[in-house]
Amino acid sequence: MPDTPVESTTLLTLQDVEVSFTLKRSSLFAKPSLLRAVDGVTLSVRKGQTMGIVGESGSGKTTLALAVARLLPVARGQIHMNGVDLLSLRGEALRNERRHMQFIFQDPYSSLNPRLRAEKIVREPLDWLSIESTSRRDDRVRELFDQVGLRRDQQRLFPHQFSGGQRQRIGIARAIASNPSLVICDEPVSALDVGVQAQILNLLRRLQEELGLTYVFISHDLGVIQHMCDTIAVMYMGKILEEADRESLFNTPKHPYTQALLSAVPSADLNRRNRERRIMISGDPPNPIHLPPGCRFASRCPRVEDRCRVDTPPLVDIDRHHRVACHLVKAAG
Amino acid sequence: MTALLSVKNLTVEFTTRDGIAPVIDDLSFDLAPGETLSLVGESGCGKSMTALAIMGLIPSPPGRVASGSISLAGENLLQASETRMRAVRGNEISMVFQEPMTSLNPVFTVGEQIGETLRRHQGLTRRQAKALSIEMLDAVQIPLPARRINDYPHQLSGGMRQRVMIAIALACRPKVLIADEPTTALDVTVQAQIFDLMRAVGKETEAAIILITHDMGSVAEMAERVVVMYAGRKIEEGYVDDILTRPRHPYTRGLIACVPHLLETVSAERPYLQEIPGMVPPLSDFGFMGCLFAPRCDRVETLCWQEKPKVTQITPSQSAACWNLQDAKVRVDA
Repeated sequence: MPDTPVESTTLLTLQDVEVSFTLKRSSLFAKPSLLRAVDGVTLSVRKGQTMGIVGESGSGKTTLALAVARLLPVARGQIHMNGVDLLSLRGEALRNERRHMQFIFQDPYSSLNPRLRAEKIVREPLDWLSIESTSRRDDRVRELFDQVGLRRDQQRLFPHQFSGGQRQRIGIARAIASNPSLVICDEPVSALDVGVQAQILNLLRRLQEELGLTYVFISHDLGVIQHMCDTIAVMYMGKILEEADRESLFNTPKHPYTQALLSAVPSADLNRRNRERRIMISGDPPNPIHLPPGCRFASRCPRVEDRCRVDTPPLVDIDRHHRVACHLVKAAG
Repeated sequence: MTALLSVKNLTVEFTTRDGIAPVIDDLSFDLAPGETLSLVGESGCGKSMTALAIMGLIPSPPGRVASGSISLAGENLLQASETRMRAVRGNEISMVFQEPMTSLNPVFTVGEQIGETLRRHQGLTRRQAKALSIEMLDAVQIPLPARRINDYPHQLSGGMRQRVMIAIALACRPKVLIADEPTTALDVTVQAQIFDLMRAVGKETEAAIILITHDMGSVAEMAERVVVMYAGRKIEEGYVDDILTRPRHPYTRGLIACVPHLLETVSAERPYLQEIPGMVPPLSDFGFMGCLFAPRCDRVETLCWQEKPKVTQITPSQSAACWNLQDAKVRVDA
């Protein structure tokens, strides 16, 4: 196992996590097939930082986030937060641990209960997790509304009376209500208009500075990831192909998939456009149910070799904060 | 250069509960043969409505074209009969929609759907249409086109469905292809493929393309000229490179600055994003006599609230509608 830095500053560690789904049998006698949505993911997230997970649809990034939040069963592996083994928690202990870990969802339209007033939505975690005394909770809700930039006179409104950006602010207020250490943001801005995106991204950054939050930030938008994250993991078909800190990943991407992904983004940065070294990858991702052996990216990789179709490359360190899973990239030492 | 498609002073009104709202307000632009023009703006700014107006597909009621003209090679489409419009749609002007999942008919094979356009507009027989459909699928780089032609939309991935949509749109070699957010539902690697395809096929069929998008990156990648829209009005127009390097309207400037663009090299420094405060005005405010961007603008003046901004021609190719243009002093009088 490459040394996962278990420093005092590490908040969350994932060790070889696997999440799989059993699919419906195609016929009565067929063996039920297994879809490994997340396959052997090892990660660590440092306190106060943002870990970005980027990948195309179907790469397993949301599944991974749901698994960390214990909203999906984990088939194998370990998840520790602040030294607590999250996967062994049951019942009351799990419920209490949830206050340290909150979720911001992608769709601000479907993730708020339309029958509850905004103040009730924000207050719910306080009520359910018995945080603060009952009398203090109203003050806390008011404080939260201020923090996320909503007006106090909006507290009594229902979700449909808010715009998309404002709803996402309600979702953020709800997420930080219990003073969590970890907030998982699953595509928090992809449903929003570009003008509103900036407002929400700035709000998330400001809250992180003020409250010392740690984010796991999921997005398919590389520009947003580049702007928000300190460390980034690139996922493809359930596996991490590359993980590095922000500068190494974007300045010196090593994995052919990361390189192709970066070059595929249309850019308004004229310097970038003029370089014109687009790496085209053809085709679609393989069928996740019948994955071929070897590297998962082999079927689309422009630099594929024979061994890529046989052996799965392990994720190895090539630098202090840079791990790559590719046969063509040399490991350190 | 004579314009292939010319939209002049187009106003489209919708009847709402609060009265009549002009969702497109006095919009004019020209499209030259073979060029790619992009319409950019936030949702609700009238980009898609413009496309529907050109296609003659404004839902009526509640909508109606109140004034203006849309002419395709000299013919005013707004006065054309419904029969004539049917001959134009899908034949001379065709459209690719945002959602490849919902815009294909799930109960017909893709071959039948491409063939339908060809048989209807070009009067081909079934057999000829099938042969040409295979050719089209091949042109949009779908592997094994002769087999894929018998597939139903659900058997194809999102990217393949969008390719089929493009094949349908280009089957009759239209003069104008309108692509309404064609890649929003797709992954970036697939988006790059679709853009490449649109460029290549567009060049080959010499179709002019109107690309509707909210992403400045896509504009930079695909278009030569850009029209920036806000609340139903055109607020800036010009060549993409000029607009990206020197946007004059505060909204255009905000629209470019508020997006975290992927940079070539990143440094440790990470400034906050520039925000455009507030949000797009509600439909009931459309048609307001002042500048509709005034409530969100950091350069707002008294005049902005009182009068609709006049269009200033900054260079022969760039114009903006604002009372307080940035860098107005460097104006080149044309």
